[in-house]
Amino acid sequence: MQIPYVLSIITFIPMVAGLALLAFPAEKKEAIRWTALTAGIIDLALCIFVYFNPVRPAVERFDWIPSIGVSYIMAVDGLSLPLVLLTGIVMVTGVMISWGIEDRPREFFAFIYILACGVFGVFMAQDLFLLFFFYEIAVFPMYLLIAIWGWKQRREYAAMKLTLFLVIGSLFALVAALAMYFQAHTLTGVYTFDMLKMEGLAFPPEFQRWAFPVVFIGFAILAGMFPFHNWSPDGHVAAPTAVSMFHAGVLMKLGAYAALRVGVMLLPEGAKEWMPILVFFSLVNVVYGAFVAMTRDDLKYMIGYSSVSHMGLVVLGIATLTPQGLTGAGLQMFSHGAMTALFFSCVGMIYDRAHTRQIPELGGMIKKLPFVGIAFIFGGLVSMGMPGFSGFVAEFPIFMGAWQASVTQQNPAYFWIAIISALAIVITAAYILRAVRRVFFGAVPEHFEHGDHVITPIRTMDKVAIVILAFTLFMLGVYPNWMAPLIQTGVDNVLRLLGGA
Amino acid sequence: MTDFQTIDLLAILPEIALTALGVLVLVLDVTWRGKIRQQLGVVTAVGLFAIAALTAVFTYPAESQLLYGGMMRHDLLAFVMRLIFLVAAGFTALLSVDVDNLGRRGEYYAVLIAAVIGMNLMAASADLIMLYLALETTSISAYILAGFLFNEERSAEAGMKYFLFGAVTSTVMLFGFSLLFGFAGTTNLYQIGTTIQANSLAITVIAVLVLVGVGFKLAVFPFHFWSPDVYEGAPTPVTAFISTASKAAGFAVLLRVFLIAFDGTNLQSASNWLPLLTSIAVVTTSLGNLVALTQKNIKRLLAYSSIAHAGYALMAFTAIQSAPVQAEAVAAVVYYLVTYVLTNLTAFGVIILVAKNVGSDDVAAFAGLNKRSAGLSLAMLVAFLSLGGIPPLAGFVGKFFIFMALVKANLLWLAIVLAVNSLIALYYYLLVLNVVYNRPVAEGATEIQVSAPYRVALTALCVGVVVFGVIIAPFYDPITRIFDLVK
Repeated sequence: MQIPYVLSIITFIPMVAGLALLAFPAEKKEAIRWTALTAGIIDLALCIFVYFNPVRPAVERFDWIPSIGVSYIMAVDGLSLPLVLLTGIVMVTGVMISWGIEDRPREFFAFIYILACGVFGVFMAQDLFLLFFFYEIAVFPMYLLIAIWGWKQRREYAAMKLTLFLVIGSLFALVAALAMYFQAHTLTGVYTFDMLKMEGLAFPPEFQRWAFPVVFIGFAILAGMFPFHNWSPDGHVAAPTAVSMFHAGVLMKLGAYAALRVGVMLLPEGAKEWMPILVFFSLVNVVYGAFVAMTRDDLKYMIGYSSVSHMGLVVLGIATLTPQGLTGAGLQMFSHGAMTALFFSCVGMIYDRAHTRQIPELGGMIKKLPFVGIAFIFGGLVSMGMPGFSGFVAEFPIFMGAWQASVTQQNPAYFWIAIISALAIVITAAYILRAVRRVFFGAVPEHFEHGDHVITPIRTMDKVAIVILAFTLFMLGVYPNWMAPLIQTGVDNVLRLLGGA
Repeated sequence: MTDFQTIDLLAILPEIALTALGVLVLVLDVTWRGKIRQQLGVVTAVGLFAIAALTAVFTYPAESQLLYGGMMRHDLLAFVMRLIFLVAAGFTALLSVDVDNLGRRGEYYAVLIAAVIGMNLMAASADLIMLYLALETTSISAYILAGFLFNEERSAEAGMKYFLFGAVTSTVMLFGFSLLFGFAGTTNLYQIGTTIQANSLAITVIAVLVLVGVGFKLAVFPFHFWSPDVYEGAPTPVTAFISTASKAAGFAVLLRVFLIAFDGTNLQSASNWLPLLTSIAVVTTSLGNLVALTQKNIKRLLAYSSIAHAGYALMAFTAIQSAPVQAEAVAAVVYYLVTYVLTNLTAFGVIILVAKNVGSDDVAAFAGLNKRSAGLSLAMLVAFLSLGGIPPLAGFVGKFFIFMALVKANLLWLAIVLAVNSLIALYYYLLVLNVVYNRPVAEGATEIQVSAPYRVALTALCVGVVVFGVIIAPFYDPITRIFDLVK
């Protein structure tokens, strides 16, 4: 069965819902929440339908600005489809987790949905102009979401820092993308932003040499790439729970995906040339992120840096340019997205009740919030890459890819990179276990028993969200076959463009 | 002169209609008494929009031609620019109705209409004398408008300052015109273009002299000093008008004079003055944005931001130095002007309402606007994000076309200047939005009432900003032909 224009429908349901929400009277908070949730569930249902439908949705296209070759082209492939599904999941669970927002829920959900529209758009856009269009739509709501509903002490600083980092990255990428557009014209005589047509054009090597790093790094800033990563933990700490989930769960994938889609796939020669250098930066991400995470007492900082570390693995996987590495990167994007969403929702629930995220000030939470405790431990096991959990399924191929790259590219450095990055898992285990022990076990601090800070049970809505996220991770861990082959089809296409490297 | 033909009438149809409208407003001013005077602005606005529609339908130039013995040119540039001026003035009139001491005075609207007539002729004139007369018509009207609230010190000062600056710069430009006539032996722009010699030092000097006058209209460095004070002091609707339509009119003159009289289509002659324009563009943009960072008054902030925006458009114009990019460069300038005019009018519309309610133009007056009027804060969001170049709003597309022209002309360094400047600008736009959404509402503040004319104007403007940001081709494609048709 096929639904015509299903991709556009998925993309624009959030936008329509967001604008419709703005038309509600501000005081009808309950109606606003339910409308938001309904729209989200419909959208998620469509995402699930598209994902499991054996027939891939048809490419949707029409000419937008024909005179300069801009078209509206939406399509999904094996790499983007899991991310579309992930966005749907994070969107719905984010709405559920935000049920308790009392300050202007109308604007909150509207901005979240405008953000979601941009994210869906980037994952589906097959036209460079369209991709930038959606990319920037996804960036600006973050500013308001963090600045208005964030953590009072840091929110304005963090929101501004995040926005400026992302916008400057995208502006530089835009300049390089325009250069690609004119290069493509020189090669083919046709003006087009259509990425499907740009694929496989042999851009001159000297052009790829300068354009690739600009495009790749411009987007990879959003993936938290070292040394442009530190907006990300700041942003996490300041953001409200649902926005943290979006930020780590989906937005950082946006950066990695766009870097892969525009950088590696359109400029393969540049990729081959630069990857040995980029792989080093990604290794710094993995190791340095993990070490910093270990030193942080603020739970959100810890998870923020762990995201930097895990996203480093994604970039590492991409940078190996091997089938295993790329597949692992694709799986890791999905697995990490769902995992951090779970983490941040747990932390948000604890913070809402305990009013602190400092690990030393917490304790014994498993007695007070057993559901949250179990979910956090589950996420922790994923994060550590325990076999049987999705983290293992995703990270193992990345290490294999790095190892293999040492053979295929005859570069022994990759061998060491594989070993060092695998050892970083030990550090991950250390900080996760430390957090689990001190937050969830031991004695409950006295002041959480009564008074203002008494720990109240979580809402049903929260439980549902946690179950959805945990179930997704569980399914990927025990039965990766519902995703891995799909990602491989996407990876095959990347490898074809790389010339079977 | 040959027989009078239909085309002669069509070419000045908008101006004839505007004159009639001006007379109508003055008659109504004398006859209407009491509450109905509120409708003066609405009548003006409806008239202006009707004339815009009339212009769009009947005066589309099938072919470019010189009329009235070479005084005027009937072409696409004039056509598009006229529409911009008429629409901008229409919105300005709508946004004026509730302003104290301004909204109910017929002569205010009459002067506004006179300014539009001047601008229309600026865009169409093909002769130095005609051009100068049109410029002065516009300028003198604008001085009066800026100082219209003569009981208020700030407004009177703004009018005076504007006048002094304008008088000096226009004299310098007139001197340049006289030299141009001396060298070319003709006052017709098109004949000047073919007779003056490329590469001559004298032409460079004359170009600088003319640029003084044009630069004043555009408010670009180093002729920008008047604009923050005038913007701050003038009645806010007038500020909106000066910062949008008047600036666009300056660009209309810039395009025609520099492309035709100074032979900008010929790369060799263009190289006499292009480096100068490029440096002005870079300095203007960077200076405008950096100074805007420190502004506490929203009108001054927008003044500096509009200085920066003029710099962006000027950057796009400098891309004419690459022959295959010329049409795109001109199109980028015009598209940018359209998006900028719509966006800035939106922003000023909100400012008028907030200032009327709070009694202050400080950025702090916008604290908690979101809780006082969700609609106004949304309009503010649309305007400021569009200024910042965020899709799906017009500002993004405008900036995109500038980037495209610059990259195509291989001016990567200018593209990077533009990128960095966009970032700085986004910073202070976001700070304003932060105040709107995030600062606590002042004690005793009430919900802001938005009367019907304002609601209509702001809704239409916001829709316009989105339309020009999403439905791009029908507007962009025609204006890419401006360059070919202006020659």
